[in-house]
Amino acid sequence: MALKTEEMTLNLGPQHPSTHGVLRLELKLDGEFIVDVIPHIGYLHRCFEKHAEAMTYPQIIPYTDRMDYLASMYNEFGYVVTVEKLLGLEVPERVEYIRVIMGELQRIASHLVALGTYGADIGAITPFLFCFRDREKILSLFEMTSGARLLYNYIWIGGVARDLPPDFLRLTKEFIVYFRPKIKELNDLLTFNKIFIERTANIGILPKDVAVNYGITGPMLRASGMKWDLRKDDTYSVYNKFDFDIPVGEGRMGTVGDCWDRYFVRILEMEQSLKIIEQAINQIPDGDVTSAIPKRVKPPVGQVYVRVENPRGELGYFIVSDGTLNPKRIKVRAPSFVNLAVISKLCNGHMIADVIAILGSIDIVLGEVDR
Amino acid sequence: MTEKEIFEILKEKFCETIIEFVEAEAGENYIKVNPLEIDKVCSFLFIDNILQFDSLMNLSAVDDANGEKKTEEDGSFEYIGGTLSVFYHLESTDKRHKITLGTTVEKDKPDVVSVTDVWEHANWHEREAFDLLGINFLNHPDLRRILMPYDWDAGYPLRKDYKDPDYYQGMKVPY
Amino acid sequence: MIFDFFTKLTGSEISASIISALLPLFLFVLPFALIAVLLERKVSAHIQDRLGPMRVGYHGILQTLADILKLIQKEDIIADSNDKPLFNIAPVLVFAGSYAVFAAIPFTSSYIGSNINLGLFYIIGISGIVVIGILMAGWASNNKYTLLGAMRSAAQLISYEIPTLMIVVTILMITGTLNLNELTEMQSGFFWNWMIFGGQATGIAKILLIPFMIVGFVVIYISTLAEVNRTPFDISEAESELVSGYHTEYSGMKFAIFFLAEYANMFAVSAIVVVLFFGGYLSPIGYLGNTLGLPWLIPVEQLLWFTFKGVAFVLVQMWLRWTLPRLRVDQLMAICWKYLIPIAFVNLLIVGLITLI
Repeated sequence: MALKTEEMTLNLGPQHPSTHGVLRLELKLDGEFIVDVIPHIGYLHRCFEKHAEAMTYPQIIPYTDRMDYLASMYNEFGYVVTVEKLLGLEVPERVEYIRVIMGELQRIASHLVALGTYGADIGAITPFLFCFRDREKILSLFEMTSGARLLYNYIWIGGVARDLPPDFLRLTKEFIVYFRPKIKELNDLLTFNKIFIERTANIGILPKDVAVNYGITGPMLRASGMKWDLRKDDTYSVYNKFDFDIPVGEGRMGTVGDCWDRYFVRILEMEQSLKIIEQAINQIPDGDVTSAIPKRVKPPVGQVYVRVENPRGELGYFIVSDGTLNPKRIKVRAPSFVNLAVISKLCNGHMIADVIAILGSIDIVLGEVDR
Repeated sequence: MTEKEIFEILKEKFCETIIEFVEAEAGENYIKVNPLEIDKVCSFLFIDNILQFDSLMNLSAVDDANGEKKTEEDGSFEYIGGTLSVFYHLESTDKRHKITLGTTVEKDKPDVVSVTDVWEHANWHEREAFDLLGINFLNHPDLRRILMPYDWDAGYPLRKDYKDPDYYQGMKVPY
Repeated sequence: MIFDFFTKLTGSEISASIISALLPLFLFVLPFALIAVLLERKVSAHIQDRLGPMRVGYHGILQTLADILKLIQKEDIIADSNDKPLFNIAPVLVFAGSYAVFAAIPFTSSYIGSNINLGLFYIIGISGIVVIGILMAGWASNNKYTLLGAMRSAAQLISYEIPTLMIVVTILMITGTLNLNELTEMQSGFFWNWMIFGGQATGIAKILLIPFMIVGFVVIYISTLAEVNRTPFDISEAESELVSGYHTEYSGMKFAIFFLAEYANMFAVSAIVVVLFFGGYLSPIGYLGNTLGLPWLIPVEQLLWFTFKGVAFVLVQMWLRWTLPRLRVDQLMAICWKYLIPIAFVNLLIVGLITLI
């Protein structure tokens, strides 16, 4: 008698510990092996783009916070840069420096969540709490500056909400001194752990050309060996004044573009961000941070697409203005949304546990995927 | 390469497909393309050795809100006719130049040819444009709703004249 | 032994066996589980730079009691599509399997639940029931995650029994007895008489035995770690993949029983390792009772030593859990079949040759 076998369908999510939110992955399984992965998104769709059409430009800023809630500062940053380009607005130099410092601190905070939860996905809980312990310190800096810990509404069109508090630069310097050894601690505990390497090296390999074709950006693209960072390649704000490297994946533990590379690129990026913050603190000029904030934001008719290097990749805002106080259309090119699309390509032939490893290495934020 | 030069190359290659070069008051200019030929233009831009547009940065659809506005007594309104637009932001990671393509379709028959064959990236963006604005991408491999529920049948939310349904699956929608 | 004592006391063998069976449960397993749960939370908290439970009692020492009160009050949810008889019996079976092990473990020289000659054999055999319980729980829950967890768990437990058994056989070759009490007594004297240091062997054989005994200890420790489903071998629970494996669908007291079984099991395997390699209840340095001339003090000291050794290994298990990531299912099998079993087998052969000297 011939035995009959059939594929098993397993719904990973919408409520699942390691989908990082409400994502549903429909897995087609052959035993423990993946035949196909079909992502279903939209559980967190909050109609950001529709809401934005009914609001004035400054009113939209708090809503951008709520998209990628782990990198709120950078979402505001991207949005105001776009609107300023549409308005043709010049902002004071001090504002640009503040934005860069905030953006890079946010990048570290966001990467800490990515790395920590990745460790938790692989089964190591302790690095997760270590990362959150350090992230708390950054959040305290943000709280001191903007009054909020997660959703800041700090970077405004033409400036920032208020100047840095007096102690901020000193505390940030102290944080840098504190944080550098913590990266080494994380490396010792997790990055170079044999089991961790076994679980992530040679898993979910993403070649460079596929990555570009799928529109993958950010640490994921760099892990595939492409030196591409909008802070250098399509520079904005004052990033051209700083000296920093773009880390790329080298396939140190396996193949270029595997999960371990994606993880390690983020570690290296944190070090580069520290470097940028250090330089920015030393160079920051004095000045008024609210002088250029326009009383009424009414851009001329036109459209503009501006992109910035969010912790997760290329965050683009496409704004169409019809000359009124409300935008006619805002479309967000959300890096998580784009990066997630490649998952079915990465997972084929791997096991269930690898799907978790791959999903974690993409580092999605569902608030941004669904907007 | 500047946008103008790219436009000249395209104009030479596809004389009737390329409609015009639109210069904007503010922001960026774009090249207007026939919606039913957009895939050919895109695959040329992708393959051509000088242009090498290997990356699609963004694909966005817009409701132009330019039809005849018909307001009803309760304040809700509807556009009769009018157009929808799709914008393609392209970039060459190697040659470092960028370009924007645009295409406009009638709201009554919003057919645009899909560019998913050229850039896989377009897949989810086109699904999103279909989901939220109802643009029908021809030759798309998997044109389903993506952000809204699969069984949403009350229209396309990002259209300017979209109205919430009263009930969805027996649940009251406006609350 | 305790059984004879109760037989004399109650005059009936049946009541004596009931009492001596329940005694370790109430005197040892339950209090241990209470303390171990709190210990786990405190240990993990301090490893992770936090404080852990702090509110209930001084530094949260009553936290576990509060948790148990909560679990007792919780509704016992049984889904419609569960296989009810199997679903209800599974936690009992898992707990029975891990608890029954305690019957043959010698806590002191004068207390052993049942001093059977096949003690070691019995322990290995009875702990196999746990697999059936886990498979039952996974199947009866009628949930794909629990099923996957149960399948993984069954494969894992059965695989890791093999290296465990090989090391047990290695010890048997030297001692020649399956009786755990005798096995312990054979290691009496000071700590250099423990099996890890070659037991009672003398001269060149002892020196030759030490490295192989250490290898044997490492192998059996790793495999027992796998048998209790602790990180890095907790793939059957695998919180981030399978939600929580075979006990996903359980709530309230049934979940608590699984939990209890896990902690009982942790101590049981540690106790086996202690008996086999670290002289069981024996003191490494002699007894205070001998020095003071108080013979009744000796069993108390022995119990303390046994608990101390066992808890030390439980602490190592916790330490590993909060440090290491989790293996993947195929890597887990690879470790067992490609490394542990060959090593255990070669170890068996060499120790066999040494004992011929």
